[in-house]
Amino acid sequence: MPDGGSTGIGASVKRKEDYRFLVGEGNYTDDINRPNQTHTYMLRSSSAHAKFSLDTSNASKAKGVVKIFVGTDMEVGSIPCGWQVDSKDGTPMREPAHPPIAKDKVRYVGEIIAVIIAETLEDAKNAAELIDVNYDDIPVIIDMQKALDNSKGLVHDEIESNVCYDWEIGDSEAVDKAISEAAHITSLDIRNNRLIPNAIETRSAIGDYEHATGQYTLYTTSQNPHVIRLLMGAFVLGLPEHKLRVIAPDVGGGFGSKIFHYAEEAIVTWASNKIRRPVKWTADRSEAFISDAHGRDHVTSVKLALDKDGKFLALKVDTLANMGAYLSTFASSVPTYLYATLLAGTYTTPAIHCNVKSIFTNTVPVDAYRGAGRPEATYLIERIVDKAAREMGISQVEIRRKNFIPVDAFPYQTPVALQYDSGNYNATLDAALKKADYDGFASRKAESAKRGMLRGIGFSTYLEACGIAPSAVVGSLGARAGLFECAEVRVHPTGSVTVFTGSHSHGQGHETTFAQLVSEKLGISTDLVEISHGDTNNIPFGMGTYGSRSLAVGGEAIVKAMDKVIAKAKKIAAHIMEASADDIELNNGNFEIAGTDKSMSLADISLAAYVPHNYPHEELEPGLDEKAFYDPLNFTYPGGCHICEVEINPNTGEVKVEGMTAVDDVGMVINPMIVEGQIHGGLAQGIGQALLENAAYDNNGQLLSGSYMDYTMPRADNFVDFKVGNEVTLCTHNSLGVKGCGEVGAIGSPPAVINAVVDALSELGVNDISMPATSEKVWNAINNAKDKS
Amino acid sequence: MYELEYSMPSSVNDAVAEIKKSSEAKYLAGGMTLIPTLKARLSSADMLVDLKGANLSNVSVSSSEIVIGSMTRHCDVASSSEVLSSLPALAKLAGGIGDHMVRNCGTIGGSLANNDPAACYPSAVLALDATIITNERAITAEDFFVGMFETALNENEIITEVKFPIPEKASYIKFPNPASRYAMVGVFIAKKANGVAVAVTGAGENGVFRCSEIENALNSSFNVGSIDNVEISPDGLNNAIHASGSYRANLIKEMAKRALNEMI
Ligand SMILES: Cc1cc2nc3c(=O)[nH]c(=O)nc-3n(C[C@H](O)[C@H](O)[C@H](O)COP(=O)(O)OP(=O)(O)OC[C@H]3O[C@@H](n4cnc5c(N)ncnc54)[C@H](O)[C@@H]3O)c2cc1C
Repeated sequence: MPDGGSTGIGASVKRKEDYRFLVGEGNYTDDINRPNQTHTYMLRSSSAHAKFSLDTSNASKAKGVVKIFVGTDMEVGSIPCGWQVDSKDGTPMREPAHPPIAKDKVRYVGEIIAVIIAETLEDAKNAAELIDVNYDDIPVIIDMQKALDNSKGLVHDEIESNVCYDWEIGDSEAVDKAISEAAHITSLDIRNNRLIPNAIETRSAIGDYEHATGQYTLYTTSQNPHVIRLLMGAFVLGLPEHKLRVIAPDVGGGFGSKIFHYAEEAIVTWASNKIRRPVKWTADRSEAFISDAHGRDHVTSVKLALDKDGKFLALKVDTLANMGAYLSTFASSVPTYLYATLLAGTYTTPAIHCNVKSIFTNTVPVDAYRGAGRPEATYLIERIVDKAAREMGISQVEIRRKNFIPVDAFPYQTPVALQYDSGNYNATLDAALKKADYDGFASRKAESAKRGMLRGIGFSTYLEACGIAPSAVVGSLGARAGLFECAEVRVHPTGSVTVFTGSHSHGQGHETTFAQLVSEKLGISTDLVEISHGDTNNIPFGMGTYGSRSLAVGGEAIVKAMDKVIAKAKKIAAHIMEASADDIELNNGNFEIAGTDKSMSLADISLAAYVPHNYPHEELEPGLDEKAFYDPLNFTYPGGCHICEVEINPNTGEVKVEGMTAVDDVGMVINPMIVEGQIHGGLAQGIGQALLENAAYDNNGQLLSGSYMDYTMPRADNFVDFKVGNEVTLCTHNSLGVKGCGEVGAIGSPPAVINAVVDALSELGVNDISMPATSEKVWNAINNAKDKS
Repeated sequence: MYELEYSMPSSVNDAVAEIKKSSEAKYLAGGMTLIPTLKARLSSADMLVDLKGANLSNVSVSSSEIVIGSMTRHCDVASSSEVLSSLPALAKLAGGIGDHMVRNCGTIGGSLANNDPAACYPSAVLALDATIITNERAITAEDFFVGMFETALNENEIITEVKFPIPEKASYIKFPNPASRYAMVGVFIAKKANGVAVAVTGAGENGVFRCSEIENALNSSFNVGSIDNVEISPDGLNNAIHASGSYRANLIKEMAKRALNEMI
């Protein structure tokens, strides 16, 4: 690891942003209030599927009401989906219209049916109670299997099917042939449970139209303000970029749920022009449960073919992916390009085929959530490998080693489109085995048994693809936008630096990590660096933060801009010191003439650039301010090994996590403390998915787990001290060698946890348990196994 | 929350007088249940009569009973030296309710008046044969709990204190609901001069109940083994997303065993 001095690459610099958060002086959307602002309450459907009509005449007259809008008042474009996936027969996916306010039919509980704008929020809520809504209920479609039978009812009549697309990847003939000839086949049916993101800050939006200039400003809780400007401006409201400013100030977590363009953003922006006053909306927590896009929700059957020695021959996967009632921004890409392309995992499986049907149901739209597609892929691979090992009597470690892509095989072309650049899966496995004290497991298990407890250990040797980009690649896969990143590095006259980045921190610590890049490259302390993000008027352009892309794509754009700054600074220094630019070397922040003791600091040069009295005017423009766009050649491929150890009380089914080890390869580490924090958070969400969290709907489409009374958020006492380590291989196609750490924890850990639970129960004959493995489910599995034996 | 008035009278009598001014008024104790339901508009009131000024938060102990004022907060019961020395199971119960904020605000009177079927206190009150004292009368535990969120309290009646007879031994164990951390099953066992009482909260469709099956077993032999042979029927137990009736039936036995292990 390079030594970047006290604040450069490799230093655990304390997060610059934390002070303002800790003293309560962050600036979140709900903290912002505009002069003469109104408040909005969104009346939402209480029925999952119905024709409806409403009468707002009494409500309109209520105290404080400024205006009430219903669906037919808002004739604008449909909320768009950003990714077109074609079915295997070549037909484009079915894209039903998605109006911001439902017009005459509702399709999920939580859909907006009226917008009440009033002087205060309480006035708006009081008025909403005076709206008469008449629901004429239609049979509700919740179960994806049942949805396949279109004769049982349609979520969208106009598209004549509940299937959004029927898509495939891989060589089905090769897979079928391998399966028919294999020595052993392992099969498994899996449900990847639906999750609710639960960012600590609920969504909020303020629309502010300035009549005199025709300028719209939208303040919003977004991970990617430029993307919102594009989607909302171009597709929904027909506003050109120069008249629309989107500001995403401090954002309190997102996990993906704040990528998407939501109806509320379009509504407040549009309405602020209609009523000529700023319009503010903030979700309360109950609203967040039924209006933030949910995550995961796959039903999959999988078959793994192996030869007699346990070598993988082929993987066959059949998936139903829930889209919810409408297509959210990235929804269509998650169960296809972010999922099925990952199915090789860390293994040399030569033939893979995956078929995905994505299904409309009367539920909240489903979209990317921390890991997005990759956790679903990892879960099924690592579960089926675990099951195959048990069936064939091979150890969990051995079956993985046998099938790992060897270190000398990189770059490695998988049978499902991706080409991995680097990795060393034995190295992360070895390090994790040591950290988890695998050798001591047998004695710990014996000790548990003495107390009547069952103990198990589970593995996940996963891989993921992140740094979501190559525009050309995602474009060929149906993305309707580019996925590059942009940065501007502005060296001020006295040598301090502001970086304008298109990435958007919503908790990741960009203000620190990005400042460390500057510290490393330009040789100045992070105290002299400010990172600016989140405002389309400040930032040249940006695609935002998701898919662990901020450092690998956004950080590289900053490096590229710094390279330009350095090249120009060298020329300025050469001019002033009367040397050739080729002879100028940058060492520890000093621009030196090689082999002499003559040098200039960055501040000397920037001052010369802005006070250009002695300056190479024929050759250079004044100023020291450079911009760069960066579009990578490939995804990045972090991977690693997660090992979980659990103890189960057979009398109650309680599962206690006793050990959680994660050794990851996230490429070059800029700030080890921040990376460790990201891994911890990911592990917490991964364990949460495996043991606790579940968004449950009843058959009428009511969300049963619609509050913290019923939706089990993981808490500190659900965990142990995590053991985290890293084994680095560098990414080969970016200059920093970075891969990404934001999602690995949530991607790798769920199968490790479930494999540990299954391991503990395997002596009773249990070979599968579905997520979340609640105490009751585990207790039932134990009893069913006892009944059988 | 709808707009409402607020008052804090300085005695029980004044509180009763105050609340009679409106048919939509409600008493406010710690507000841990009431305020969230008002904010979510699941209930409404045009006035809150805060009992904090009515001098109801004191704990006293004699050789045979502990008397706890209705406005005594969970944290105060949990840390009261009187309760800790003469009825530690009750201190432990109070210390296991909710989180710090809930314990620092929530009160025993509010909890009992609310009679949430998953609340902890009702099991102690029922197992110990406590008496609920109000501004109007004394109500036995058996009469007090009527059903889910239903008690024998009359309109405007105020719980002033709760009298707990001190048992030989007692223990409370709860299996928390993983999401809410209320009791999915909570078992309070009291060994008293006249026999063993076992009260179960969290599990019953109608709220807290006495579990005669386990009581009979323990009255014939007070040891963990005797619970093993008890059959608990899932009939009448809650069937909800976090636990079925039969799982709750199992947990009743398991929690009873854990409670007993603490007592023996
Ligand atoms: C996050 C959370 C977790 C919780 N976990 C648990 C748990 O694990 N176990 C548990 O047992 N409880 C739990 N609770 C409930 C908690 O114990 C509350 O304190 C209790 O339910 C209500 O008490 P309160 O003093 O806040 O009453 P309030 O909310 O102020 O009042 C509740 C009701 O009782 C009435 N009332 C209050 N005092 C009196 C009185 N003296 N006489 C007559 N009527 C009165 C009020 O009018 C109101 O209708 C939890 C609550 C929360 C918010």
